[in-house]
Amino acid sequence: MENTISPLCKIEVFAPINVASLSIALLLLLPALAAIFRRRQSALVAACSALIGFSSLLSIIAGVWTVSSHITGRLVLPIGLPDLPFHLRLDPLSGFFLFVVGLLSFFVSVYSAGYMRGIAAHRPVTRLVSFYGLFVAGMFMVVLADDALFFLVSWEVMAAASYFLVMFEDEKAVNRRAAFLYMVIAHVGAIAILLSFGVMAGIASGFESFNGYTFDAMRQAKFPLEWATVAFLLSFFGFAAKAGVVPLHVWLPEAHPVAPSNISALMSGVMLKTAIYGIVRITFDILKVFPWWWGAIVLVLGLVSAVMGVLYALMQHDLKRLLAYHSVENIGIILIGIGLAMIFTSFNLSVLAALALIAGLYHTLNHAMFKGLLFMGAGAVLHATGERNMEEMGGLIHQMPWTAALFLVGCISISALPPFNGFVSEWLTFQAFLLSPSLPSSLIRLLVPLGAALLALTGALAAACFVKAFGVTFLGHWRGHGRPHVHEADWFMRAGMLMAAVTCLLLGIFPTMVVEWLDIIPGQLLGATISTSAGAAGWMWLTPIAPERASYSGLVVLFGFIMIFAAAYFILHIKAGKIQRVPVWDCGFEKMTARMQYNATSFSMPIRRIFGFLFNIGEHKRLSPQSAHPAFPAKMHYYLRVRDRFWNWLYMPVTKTSFWFSRGIGNLQRGRIQTYLIYSFITIIILLVFVR
Amino acid sequence: MNPFSFFIEIVQVATLLGLAPLFIGWVRMLKCWTQGRSSASILQPYMDLAKLFRKNVVLAENASWVFRFTPYLVFCTAVLAGGIIPILSVDLPFAPTADVIVLVGLFATARFFTALAGMDIGTAFGGMGSSREMTIASLAEPAMLMSIFTVSLANKSTSIAQIVQVIYSGQSVLRPSLAFAFFAFILITLTETGRIPVDNPATHLELTMIHEAMILEYSGRHLALIEWASMMKLFLFVMLGIACFAPWGIAESVDIVTVLYAFIFMVLKLGIVGAGLILIETGLAKMRLFRLTEFLGAAFLMATLGMLSFFILE
Repeated sequence: MENTISPLCKIEVFAPINVASLSIALLLLLPALAAIFRRRQSALVAACSALIGFSSLLSIIAGVWTVSSHITGRLVLPIGLPDLPFHLRLDPLSGFFLFVVGLLSFFVSVYSAGYMRGIAAHRPVTRLVSFYGLFVAGMFMVVLADDALFFLVSWEVMAAASYFLVMFEDEKAVNRRAAFLYMVIAHVGAIAILLSFGVMAGIASGFESFNGYTFDAMRQAKFPLEWATVAFLLSFFGFAAKAGVVPLHVWLPEAHPVAPSNISALMSGVMLKTAIYGIVRITFDILKVFPWWWGAIVLVLGLVSAVMGVLYALMQHDLKRLLAYHSVENIGIILIGIGLAMIFTSFNLSVLAALALIAGLYHTLNHAMFKGLLFMGAGAVLHATGERNMEEMGGLIHQMPWTAALFLVGCISISALPPFNGFVSEWLTFQAFLLSPSLPSSLIRLLVPLGAALLALTGALAAACFVKAFGVTFLGHWRGHGRPHVHEADWFMRAGMLMAAVTCLLLGIFPTMVVEWLDIIPGQLLGATISTSAGAAGWMWLTPIAPERASYSGLVVLFGFIMIFAAAYFILHIKAGKIQRVPVWDCGFEKMTARMQYNATSFSMPIRRIFGFLFNIGEHKRLSPQSAHPAFPAKMHYYLRVRDRFWNWLYMPVTKTSFWFSRGIGNLQRGRIQTYLIYSFITIIILLVFVR
Repeated sequence: MNPFSFFIEIVQVATLLGLAPLFIGWVRMLKCWTQGRSSASILQPYMDLAKLFRKNVVLAENASWVFRFTPYLVFCTAVLAGGIIPILSVDLPFAPTADVIVLVGLFATARFFTALAGMDIGTAFGGMGSSREMTIASLAEPAMLMSIFTVSLANKSTSIAQIVQVIYSGQSVLRPSLAFAFFAFILITLTETGRIPVDNPATHLELTMIHEAMILEYSGRHLALIEWASMMKLFLFVMLGIACFAPWGIAESVDIVTVLYAFIFMVLKLGIVGAGLILIETGLAKMRLFRLTEFLGAAFLMATLGMLSFFILE
């Protein structure tokens, strides 16, 4: 069903693409609004949340509409460079990502109404509001772009706006450094994407004209394998830098924690997904034909990111940094699905590829929801305590019951525990892994299941990490000195988190509906669907391959839990004795203090010891000088520094080389007019000799 | 779907609830005998549970709802798993709810909450137990899944009922891959159910404890539910192993006679497995925590070898 719409013939005003464009246009108004309302900050916060919420709703509508009724809409805007208009296209793949971005953006906009009010109390939010709007608009534009020019413009709008958002509290040196690092890596990536588009556009137009810059032209082109490989590797590098794939992940744990929490939620939850969108769009839609080892690269990097991401996360004691590292992990899991889909596609096993691709896309949606929820929760904690360091926290479940319960939902979801949503997508990925016997090459058949073991390791470590995150932050006693006045998040913030939490549960218990809804995407990209098998046993049972092969019903699991729980509870409470509240027993030890609890560092100590070889760990113990004798220590100081090995392996050489190089170039600059005249003279001679 | 199979489902869950303490009693009795002690009655676990259910709950002052919620949840997962694993019959209406990966996920959910409960009171022991439990679990889970994947690949399904049926139909003969997977599964069962050499179920108040450390602050009906659930967990792991590696005896059709036979077979198998478990336990000493990486590494290696031999030899 092609449904081409040009701006001139306004036959169908209510097409999804027009709705989406309207939402972008509204968002672009926001900076103007910010300028008008800058003297009335609370009104500005309300207007901003309302406007972003409304535009997000519009794009949710556009996205759901496109995916459900399989529409592809186009729009050509005569802006941009002369003769090179902007092309917009909304097909089910774009629609799905539009939906994902819109959905989280809607929840976050509700949350922001409360959160930004808290910020506005002590500093102006004009800049935050303007760039927030541009940032969301940039993400919508990226998924709608249908030519290289508009794509890169949108990409840069998104990157630049998020740079200023990371820089929001720019009086802190850490934030400036984080933003700088983010900018550098984002731009190295953007250059790679630009070059990749250059290669593809060049091949598409035969290096003759500029007409190859539309994705349509690229789709029709036949790429020689070596050029396709160059284009793929460049674009994958560029998108990997944005998505935070190991080893290009270093900016993520720096930039995400320092941004305001509503922005962290969006950056981690959906901005990274635009890179996933880019990878899917370029490999499956534009290049289409590829050898299996492309998929192997994606799969291996996905596995490395997943395992390394979660291990790094375990070493953190800053709540938001921990969550940022988990984004590395989850991007890895998404890439595992996409990599498997690419391997299956290259062997023409399109039904299996459809399953793997759906697993990846499903995890994209799930990760947006639970990571958004967790960052919102971390923001609520930060807002209430002014603390990001978990070592100082504890016992918040008593003061912040709502935030604690909702954060727990996020923890369960991200740890891939049934019946919540993270489990479904990991389960689908496992099922895709188990299809490896269908692959023709025995080597790959053998190695692919080992990936499943790494995925299992990731899931289990993630659970450990979130026991730590939730346990140390919300359970036990407050660990810090003195106790700040902690207050529960306000109703806007609770509502934003609640909606995300409910979505997590719904996505977990109605997976068949989601899979059937998503099925159009592999249907269009790969020409194969799994819905006939996925819903074969009814909407309640998810059976991705065949009912006798594997089945899962989140709803029945949840229902079973509730029934058994209720039964056990009522039987035990028929004549239950009174619960007696007493001081902690702790094996009869009486002098318990809050400092004796396990904290984030001690919790992860066994894992640090087992996987320590992957990190650069500096551990020092020092007796305080007051001790009379080492045998009778008065006080012990313990220092621990865990660093990313990639800094020394990869980034230090690059920075050193670039410094050395620029210093070498700097030698040319002597500050004497005579030297410069000699340079000009030599240049002219050389030009005369060679160019003539 | 046969209405009789719903009845079998209920019988099966009742079997699980009723026989799990008996199995533990049997194991403890054997252990006493092999160690030359005189044993308590085989029914002692029932009496322990009954006593705990009668007692009042004594709760620490700062225990939150997580602490009170956890015992019920842990109990729920065990009962739910009992409705899914074919203990007596493969024709279970709830079997399609979960395949073996979901089952691992269910146990992980129970462990997640137990570990949270360990941290809830804010004692050093609780946190210590949680930290150790999650570390060991994260090493055990890949080995567990690799072992199970080998079985699933050999039987072309991850649904346990289906695995049993494939083994019955003779499509799956004795395979070297399954032998490796079986060995890995034994090691994982010892780990997951907290038996020697990983954790000593008989220790209490020792610095080496893992599971006990997390549930140290529980009392009354809460403790009873947790204890009962951990008895069921051992029972379920044995049943899962039987279903995946030696299902002979489990009823394929649902008539009362075959189910009765299945029951007798099950009791016999449990008796044998209990004896085997005690042989391992008396033969080994508890390992140091950081030696467990080698133990679980061996399990993972076995499972991987099983998978490799599946692809290379079969």
